[in-house]
Amino acid sequence: MVNPMTDKRLRAALLAAPLVIFVAVTFLAPLALMLVRSVYEPAVADSLPATLNALAEWDGRDLPSEETFRIAGTEFVALNEVRALGSVATRVNRLQSGMRSTLLGTARRLGNDPPAGSWRDAMIDGDEDWAEVSTWLAIRRAGERITPRYYLNALDLDRGAAGEIVAQPEDRRIYVSLLWRTFLISATITAISLALAYPVAWLLAHARPARAGMLLLLVLVPFWTSLLVRTTSWIVLLQNQGVINDLLVVLGIIADEQRLSLIYNMTGTIIAMVHVLLPFMILPLYSIMRTIPPRHMQAAASLGASFWQSFRRVYWPQSLPGVAAGSLLVFIMSIGFYITPALVGGRTGQLISSMIAYHMEQSLNWGLAAALGAILLLLVVLLYLVYNRLVGVDRMRLG
Amino acid sequence: MSAVKNPGDSRLRRWLHVGFCAAVLFFLVAPVLVVIPLSFNAEPYFTFTEGMLRLEPDAWSLRWYENVLGEGRWLPALGKSLVIGIAATVVATTLGTLAALGLSSPAMPGRGLIMGLLISPMVTPIIITAAGMSFFYSDLGLGQTYTALILAHAVLGAPFVLIAVSASLSGYNHDLNRAAANLGADGWTTLRRVQLPLIAPGVFTGALFAFSASFDEVVVVLFIGGPEQRTIPREMWAGIREQISPEILAVATFLIVFAVLLLAAVNWLRQRDYVRAE
Repeated sequence: MVNPMTDKRLRAALLAAPLVIFVAVTFLAPLALMLVRSVYEPAVADSLPATLNALAEWDGRDLPSEETFRIAGTEFVALNEVRALGSVATRVNRLQSGMRSTLLGTARRLGNDPPAGSWRDAMIDGDEDWAEVSTWLAIRRAGERITPRYYLNALDLDRGAAGEIVAQPEDRRIYVSLLWRTFLISATITAISLALAYPVAWLLAHARPARAGMLLLLVLVPFWTSLLVRTTSWIVLLQNQGVINDLLVVLGIIADEQRLSLIYNMTGTIIAMVHVLLPFMILPLYSIMRTIPPRHMQAAASLGASFWQSFRRVYWPQSLPGVAAGSLLVFIMSIGFYITPALVGGRTGQLISSMIAYHMEQSLNWGLAAALGAILLLLVVLLYLVYNRLVGVDRMRLG
Repeated sequence: MSAVKNPGDSRLRRWLHVGFCAAVLFFLVAPVLVVIPLSFNAEPYFTFTEGMLRLEPDAWSLRWYENVLGEGRWLPALGKSLVIGIAATVVATTLGTLAALGLSSPAMPGRGLIMGLLISPMVTPIIITAAGMSFFYSDLGLGQTYTALILAHAVLGAPFVLIAVSASLSGYNHDLNRAAANLGADGWTTLRRVQLPLIAPGVFTGALFAFSASFDEVVVVLFIGGPEQRTIPREMWAGIREQISPEILAVATFLIVFAVLLLAAVNWLRQRDYVRAE
């Protein structure tokens, strides 16, 4: 006889299984693949097996042996003939700049004119880089299949000659400060949103139902409107020859030649993102404030408390769950936001997401894009766990 | 410290409060609405011309609408957006509804953990999702295909369905299942004839959210779509970045009307849900 409880569990699990499998395959697997890409880089190891094998026995202090030069030179020429040296050269170049042209140039020279005598002399004559120990170290390091280099790179760190971790030179440190900026811009957006949303949510929560419904529509229309449309609107409004600057000039507040730069900078990112994320602050605040009886404030007043006293001691503490829910949601969404900063952020208003897109689409440094993505993902997952603890994802509601 | 309440003080505070809220709501709505009149600009500018302000008929025109509706990139883009959006919505709604039914059962093992997992596509930054998917689908040889985009949009839309249907089910009286069983219905019949009709408003709400998410999604399209998959958001993205023209504003106006219709539909469904839950 089947236990009815087991039967129910099985039925529930079977109903949930298709989506669980679907999410695992089409969402978790891609994320896992990205994490793998952030530490696993087989391209150089697969292309230069003989060279790396020879370098594995090398002490790393003096120049490698004549034999190693010959093996490496032969392998470079062979790869270049099948046009496979370019991708190897790009990867070595990320560890030591200049290596791309060194490798491609050397392979071309050796291919046209194979050395009759010493490969070592021929290679060093062609390009002095081959007389540097660091060149060979870079090739050996580029050949590591599993590497922390993308994470080090993403944290503005590098490895020194002996493999120790060192800071990048000053002018190449960009990612940590970008992470900080992402954090600060997100915190600013969250704070502004909270300041704007709190009084509005209060008004909505304690208005008569018919009027509250009307006002709620004003919050929901932008919420439902395409993100690209809202971003376009801000470009129209904020640009140099846009509506707001025109209005300020017509009203005589600013002169025509002093038009404000409101867009394609950090100001533009903050204004447009506050607009996009404000409903995500108002809605959770509203749903919590609706449960706070207005009588509590009246009772405090009748006991002689001033408005601010009763607000601070009676209303604010009760509204805190909404403040936490809204702020966390807005902050989580801000730190990963891509579309709006990419379109209105110019140079100073970009967030970490733009750097991920840049390495995905332009520099094609996918390992670094994956490492930056993994760091951002870690931050979001931590915040999401806090959110789940405080609010509960199953209590999430749609507009 | 003055314990005496000053009525003038509280009236001033009330006016300040209402004024502040009016300003915030204006900030929310006005930028969305401003593109509508600007889309009728006869000139290729993004601001009101003097003629428009003086309401001269020549300053206003439908030329951008003619461009959008004529031969060009927008109608094919609409077709592509609809194919991807509808297919993704069907997948998301089917899987999301089934999962919500399973998760609503108190017998479900590991409920909270699974719920968190299934909602995670909604809260993961889209740039990360898109980067991961671009590796994944190109390794599978599915880069630049409709299949990849439909699967991607389906997994992004499923959490909306799950949340909407779960909300509907939270008001569902499980005694009804027992009553149906007493009357001789098996599990499948109960699901089809009793439970699904009652949660239908939640299912449709979730479907609308999923469709709207797909219809507005551009980052995944940028990363895994090819020239064949130039949807409306993809064309808008290109329009904003490259050849900025008031055509964009005409398309934006259509999308605003579409958003208002969606909002009206969701409100209507919510009222029906409310009546049934009572």
